[in-house]
Amino acid sequence: MERIEQLRHTYLRHDKKFPHVWCPGCGNGIVLGSLIRAIDRLGLTQDEIVLASGIGCAGRMSVYADFNTLHATHGRALTFATGIKLARPELTLIAVMGDGDATGIGGNHFIHAARRNLNMTAIIINNQIYGMTGGQYSPTTPYGAHAATAVFGNLEHAFSIAELAVTAGASFVARGTVYHVPELDRLLEKGIAKNGFSVIEILSNCHTQFGRRNQMGDPVTMMRWLKEHAVPAVKAGDLAPESIEGKFTIGVLVDREKPDYLKEYERVRAEARQKAAEAKP
Amino acid sequence: MAKKKKEFEQHIFYDWCKACGLCVAFCPREVYGRDELGRPQVVNGEACIGCRFCEYHCPDFAITIKERGASGNGNGMGGER
Amino acid sequence: MSGTGAGRRVLLQGNEAIVEGALAAGCRLFAGYPITPASEISELMSLRLPAVAGTFIQMEDEIASIGAVIGASLAGVKSLTATSGPGFSLMQENLGFACMAEVPCVIVNVMRGGASTGLPTSPAQGDVMQARWGTHGDHPIIVLAVSSVADSFEITVHAFNLAEKYRVPVIILSDEVVAHTRETFVLPGPDQVEVVDRMRPSVPPQWYKPYADNSRGVPAMAAMGDGYRHHVTGLIHDESGFPTQRGDEINALVRRQFRKITNGFFEIQMTRSFMMEGAQVAVIAYGSVARSAKRAVRMAREQGIDAGLLQLVTLFPFPRKDVDQVLRQCKAVIVPEMNMGQISREVKRVNRRCRIITYNRVDGQLITPEEIFEELGG
Repeated sequence: MERIEQLRHTYLRHDKKFPHVWCPGCGNGIVLGSLIRAIDRLGLTQDEIVLASGIGCAGRMSVYADFNTLHATHGRALTFATGIKLARPELTLIAVMGDGDATGIGGNHFIHAARRNLNMTAIIINNQIYGMTGGQYSPTTPYGAHAATAVFGNLEHAFSIAELAVTAGASFVARGTVYHVPELDRLLEKGIAKNGFSVIEILSNCHTQFGRRNQMGDPVTMMRWLKEHAVPAVKAGDLAPESIEGKFTIGVLVDREKPDYLKEYERVRAEARQKAAEAKP
Repeated sequence: MAKKKKEFEQHIFYDWCKACGLCVAFCPREVYGRDELGRPQVVNGEACIGCRFCEYHCPDFAITIKERGASGNGNGMGGER
Repeated sequence: MSGTGAGRRVLLQGNEAIVEGALAAGCRLFAGYPITPASEISELMSLRLPAVAGTFIQMEDEIASIGAVIGASLAGVKSLTATSGPGFSLMQENLGFACMAEVPCVIVNVMRGGASTGLPTSPAQGDVMQARWGTHGDHPIIVLAVSSVADSFEITVHAFNLAEKYRVPVIILSDEVVAHTRETFVLPGPDQVEVVDRMRPSVPPQWYKPYADNSRGVPAMAAMGDGYRHHVTGLIHDESGFPTQRGDEINALVRRQFRKITNGFFEIQMTRSFMMEGAQVAVIAYGSVARSAKRAVRMAREQGIDAGLLQLVTLFPFPRKDVDQVLRQCKAVIVPEMNMGQISREVKRVNRRCRIITYNRVDGQLITPEEIFEELGG
């Protein structure tokens, strides 16, 4: 059996209807494939993985994968994941969210989860739009772009998810795209393996809602846009600024060591036990 | 002695294929054409170099690349017709 | 006072008694956010939980707090959050998720003057209907009200047991007075406290259906990581936990979630009678007002007035049977509340012919025994 057959057979839920619900050519399916390959290569067992997802197109991913899965409320996947991780530290927590889900309604939880640096992985599929609900602009919709709620051109300016995570304190931050898939596999692998809050922002295509309103109405055109606008982070430094104008960097942006939250809490438990023992009459 | 050129089979699982066109557009060897429904159709199978770009980029897990003659330990994704 | 002695008399604050009750019931995770008048619960939990191998975390807001509580419960750990009105309002959407996914958890709402920022340091009872209907859609839920420090311990244990037994969120309504009053009571030892745990699946993983119906209407619950991989969602789902839009499956889920509460009605319904024998006029009260009512009833009896008190511990499902009995027995019933009339609406709903007198105080002060005594014709 070919490896893909083995992967498909092992990790995709047999009692779920395939093909999945995402539009033809949607990057979400590519991300799911990349995630499965990364998990398989890391040798993690399915019982030890919790895949939490938010609400939106990306949110539908958890139902297709044969792990402990959770389809949380909009923007709150990271808070549910925090509770699961605290209760069962041995589990590997992976949260999959869209750009609106993670940094729109979920923005407060995103920056605090990064600041807190509990060991979990946040995969944010950034297609620069609220796709599921019909193409409204999101925190990452570019200035001037068109959307269902920005018919006259978006007057708001997007922030960058990966850089936001770096500033908030995440110990591993990377950006990938659904075009650069082998590299995406490696980034996901590294992020999941990292002990700390890992963020992998994945630029993806929503030709149905975003592309159609911005002269990129099919998956191939958007995929080409992703290919042509990505600049390896390692090279970005020595490129002329104007040559990377309007482009984005891909690869690992930050990979640093920070104290393990749960190891620190073990110290708290020890001190608390000691204090309680002293207080006993 | 020149290394024998590897040959690959392209298996497309049409039940899951949504004719998005990504494989057709990005195959470096133009192995695929599009049939009347826009679905990928192997038109140039021998040119395939087994890079598995199509396998990796198929959002619907509908493509399997098999190395002809190998024992099926390909490092990419496989699939049944 | 820390550490649970074996049946020792202790002096505790209401909020502290809630912590001790939760720990006695097996709660091992607390996630909360600072808010007056509930913060003492967080503070004591941050001290006590790590000492019993539990986990305390302060989250970035109340939405995150109940999110973490739900997550921990899904991973098999009994979990609690505590807040007050404003935080309770923020928690509603995730509370609905806990109802839909049938996740056992306990939410304490130490009520304060509302609405909005209201009266942070004053008692009130204005969140009663929110506790029942705050989150959107038809959903099962259990709401209990504590009136004393002893209650705060005992009812918290009861709340966890009901949450586990019925796979439902349980709201404990306290208020600023109960929360901050210190009283002595006998703290039972660990072996004197009945602890109920959720039913785990008895079938092997491949046959496990996380939302399968049974006689009680409460599915067995596997924890994440136990090898029973399944899907948990806020979407309406079928017995295997996957989203469905089939009418028959939607109907089955919603009606089972209601049936599981009505099935357990007589166990869930908890009230306390005081001097109700031969009572011609009764007070129906809950929370700290029930304490004033008890005193008022005693005063009335001393004046030869046949008065009695029915204290509601369970607010929802509304203890219809016990209330109905009082309404039949008495000529008049007084429902004093620190709100503009909320439980009184439920009393009126089940009333046939009895005269209902509401007494509503919303100025941030506790209703005094004298006020109720006066209503009793004293």
